[in-house]
Amino acid sequence: MKNVSVQKNIDWISILLYALLVIAGWINIYSASLPAETTSIFDLSQIYGRQLLFIIFCIPLIVLIVSIDTKFYEKYAMVFYIIGLLSILGLFVFGKSVKGQTNWYQIGGFGIQPSEFVKTTTALLLAKFLSDSQSHLSTFKEQLIALVIIGVPTLLILKHDTGSAMLFVSLVFVLYREGLPSWYLWTGFITIILFVASLVVKPGIIIASIVLISALHFYFNKKITRNPLIYIILVVIMSAFVFSVDYVYDEVLEPHQKDRINVLIGEDVNLQAEGYNLNQSKIAIGSGGWTGTGFLEGTQTKGGFVPEQHTDYIFTTVGEEWGFAGASFVIILFVCLFFRLIHLAERQKKIFNRVYGYSVICFLFIHFAFNITMLIGLFPTIGVPLPFFSYGGSSLMAFTVLLFIFLKLDANRINEW
Amino acid sequence: MRKLLLPIIIIVVTIVVLARLFFLQIVDDTYIKKSENNALKIVYEYPERGYVFDRNKKLLIANQPSYDIMVIPREVKDIDTLALCSLLDVTYEQFVSKLEKAKVYSPRLPSVFLPQLSKGEYAAFQEKIRHFNGFYIQKRSLRDYQVNHGANIFGYIRQVNEQNIKSNPYYRSGDLIGIQGIEQEYEETLRGTKGVKYIQRDRFNREIGSFKNGIYDTLAIKGDDVMLTIDSELQAYGELLMQNKRGGIVAIEPKTGEILALVNAPSYDPSLLVGRERSKNYTALYNDSLAKPLYNRVLSGEYSPGSPFKILTALIGLQEGVINEHTTFSCSRGFYYGKGAWMGCHDAGNWSLNTAIAKSCNTYFANAYKRVIEKYRNPADGINKWSEHLHSFGLGQFLGYDLPEGRKGHIPDADYYNRWYPNGGWKSTTTISNSIGQGEVIMTPMQLANVMAAVANRGYYYTPHIIKNIEHHKIDKKFTTKHVTSIDPKHFEPIVQGMNDVFNFGTGRSVRVESLDMCGKTGTVENFTRINGKRYQLTDHSVFVAFAPKDDPKIAIAVFIENGYWGARWAAPITSLMLQKYLLPEIVRTDLEKRMLEGSLQSEYDKVLQLYRTTSKPVSTPKVAL
Repeated sequence: MKNVSVQKNIDWISILLYALLVIAGWINIYSASLPAETTSIFDLSQIYGRQLLFIIFCIPLIVLIVSIDTKFYEKYAMVFYIIGLLSILGLFVFGKSVKGQTNWYQIGGFGIQPSEFVKTTTALLLAKFLSDSQSHLSTFKEQLIALVIIGVPTLLILKHDTGSAMLFVSLVFVLYREGLPSWYLWTGFITIILFVASLVVKPGIIIASIVLISALHFYFNKKITRNPLIYIILVVIMSAFVFSVDYVYDEVLEPHQKDRINVLIGEDVNLQAEGYNLNQSKIAIGSGGWTGTGFLEGTQTKGGFVPEQHTDYIFTTVGEEWGFAGASFVIILFVCLFFRLIHLAERQKKIFNRVYGYSVICFLFIHFAFNITMLIGLFPTIGVPLPFFSYGGSSLMAFTVLLFIFLKLDANRINEW
Repeated sequence: MRKLLLPIIIIVVTIVVLARLFFLQIVDDTYIKKSENNALKIVYEYPERGYVFDRNKKLLIANQPSYDIMVIPREVKDIDTLALCSLLDVTYEQFVSKLEKAKVYSPRLPSVFLPQLSKGEYAAFQEKIRHFNGFYIQKRSLRDYQVNHGANIFGYIRQVNEQNIKSNPYYRSGDLIGIQGIEQEYEETLRGTKGVKYIQRDRFNREIGSFKNGIYDTLAIKGDDVMLTIDSELQAYGELLMQNKRGGIVAIEPKTGEILALVNAPSYDPSLLVGRERSKNYTALYNDSLAKPLYNRVLSGEYSPGSPFKILTALIGLQEGVINEHTTFSCSRGFYYGKGAWMGCHDAGNWSLNTAIAKSCNTYFANAYKRVIEKYRNPADGINKWSEHLHSFGLGQFLGYDLPEGRKGHIPDADYYNRWYPNGGWKSTTTISNSIGQGEVIMTPMQLANVMAAVANRGYYYTPHIIKNIEHHKIDKKFTTKHVTSIDPKHFEPIVQGMNDVFNFGTGRSVRVESLDMCGKTGTVENFTRINGKRYQLTDHSVFVAFAPKDDPKIAIAVFIENGYWGARWAAPITSLMLQKYLLPEIVRTDLEKRMLEGSLQSEYDKVLQLYRTTSKPVSTPKVAL
């Protein structure tokens, strides 16, 4: 009986969008990894063969997830969270190093990337915490606990994988939805603006702008009577930050991270070295035109010019072989999925469900946004997979688990009362 | 409000991403160009062209390696231009203009920068090529002619032009293609297939090996060798005899239709069109608009056949039953065929068919022709029947031989005359000039030789052809298909006897050879030219057709000498010598040989040139014949 109700209540639109993305992803992985000699599509020595295996393995996984009682996820959220943290800590001891990043466990022939699953555990604990809380993040204590829940895995992952760590910051949107004061967001927003600005523009100009804008703000906002001292303190802090950016940039960031930022702002870039990835990625996407070169016909894809094309750069294959039409189609699929999930999240009556749902959306969206903006030269190169699309068992299964726990929660929402 | 933040961010990011994609994929096309550039490099390997042998397996054309300096304009950078110029012996201006020309063709595809280096130049350049980015050496196979004759048969090879590239995707800029002669006719056989290697470049533009393990690569396949029907010695001798004359010789083996010799005069040494001087030499040959060495007179020259046509008139008369071998006509030094219309003749008397042929009596054949036409109810039927017979000899149509040049000639029919005389009123006498090969009948020397082959065979011929064997292939079936003429074989014997008597007591007796039983017929072709609409009489053409030996013909021949006065003066001796050369162990009539080798018609050709100079300001292409 229970399964029947799940089948009836589960959101098939989301499942359809999920399936379309997974299939489209596999088609492009097939094209990007097809070797010269033809082999079976199940050939496990080939990337596309392995991806197909992962996709098939997702089916029992989904059945398992939707079969488990929703209480299970809520009740053991803390346990999952701790297991997740331990799995990351275990990397320091048992991890396998790939390209300077130790974020894999090697089990049998397959690698497992625990940070992918930690997103789910973090989201579960955050949802649990917020649903238990009384004050809707209005007290500093609650704000602090929420930030710690997000911050601990972030810091642990940061050591191995800067890109993935940055993704956890997206959970701030969830907190904001649940009542986090808006000055957190403003602070983050202004910090980013100042950081980028100080890399591009001379510090003097930025500080002059800060002073000017603060003065204007103070002058026109007569309704709110404020201590002018706060304005002065803010200006001083921001100015200090601007000057520290250069220091951070020169002393804290590692050379390859600096390169990635330089590439983006177009500063003195060698297209055969640090600028290579972005340039090749833009060439591949740019050569697509309206309708692309056709399936399996992409010369850039075939020539293997785009590095890691089947993983983080899989969207370049879409761009080259399917053109603007195909690329837009994929983007629209993602956007449809996001809005569908927002719709589902908003209709939840349980805070746990809603918070978890928003966490899922934030993770998916931040992956999507970082991945694609990276490929088209709008964001620095960070190794982030495209959800459901990129090659990789860990990533595919982690996103599947992340998504289907929410779909299970949603399907079960009627029984909750 | 808090609910809206995430949707707004999603929408903004999506719009930014789509706009950026639109810019990259649609607006900005530099990436499309970049993608073509950096993926693959294509390297061609050119096979050796097939060898060419004569019928006696003598090697006529072999190959020599040639090295072209190729340039990919886009890749030319940071080079010492002056060093390159001095190394290749080109001026800086030439360098710039050549590079500019290559750029116009394509900045990223290779073009020939300097063609056909010698081995020495190649060796010198090869050591230093790595200093010159964008330049590389492409090896090709060029012709190495073992003989200095036969240029009109062989044709030549040159770089493909834009039109070749457009019409056939096989060819790339700088490829070589056969033009004229067998090089053109058997281009696909001779050239083989070039090999292609796709070499992949990595991100550093280094070559990292073959693309997809070479599944798209092909090996160069050598061109097939061909054996021609040409007898190289006869061909060489013919060209020697034709020195200082204009015209042609066609010799055919009647039993097979194999072309034994195809002499075109003036000709040129085929090796002139090889190597770095090629273009200069070609221009010189091309611009010689009077001698026209590149013009294949024997295939494309259309002339009135003159007296040899009387053979056909007689055969048609016999077939139509309007004359027999005993029919006589009396000739009083001419034939009166209408009011004030008179066709002159040189020898008065009462002639039988045999003597008429031997002595080439105009009157006899005018009468025979008149009877053929008048046999039918109206002249239209008559002339159509006559035309039908002639077509069965391959006249008035393309013969179908395997050389890329040629003309149909012309055999008039009733429609033709109806167009000329729309109100009717034409009859046998109107067209009487046809009887002696002077009217509206025109043929190429090749067609004339083919008629001779059909007469030698007593009523059939094979399509003349120049290919004897192709390595790995059979020759076209049409060359082994017998064409039977509409004339009964029995009618040929009296004609053959008459042609034999040409040497015994007729117009060709001065060139007879005791040990050779020849049959022939002289011809003197009236020669007019029209300059600015005015008709000028030029020195007649000298024609001779023959076959030998009489009873087992091994060679049929037609010789045509422009402005050679009359048949017996130039064409007959040359015919006789050619037959001796082919059939006898040595030349018997050395007196004729000496006269022919020393003789020159240059003064005649100067006269023609003079006529053009005095009558017209711009020298138009002279139409020597007609």
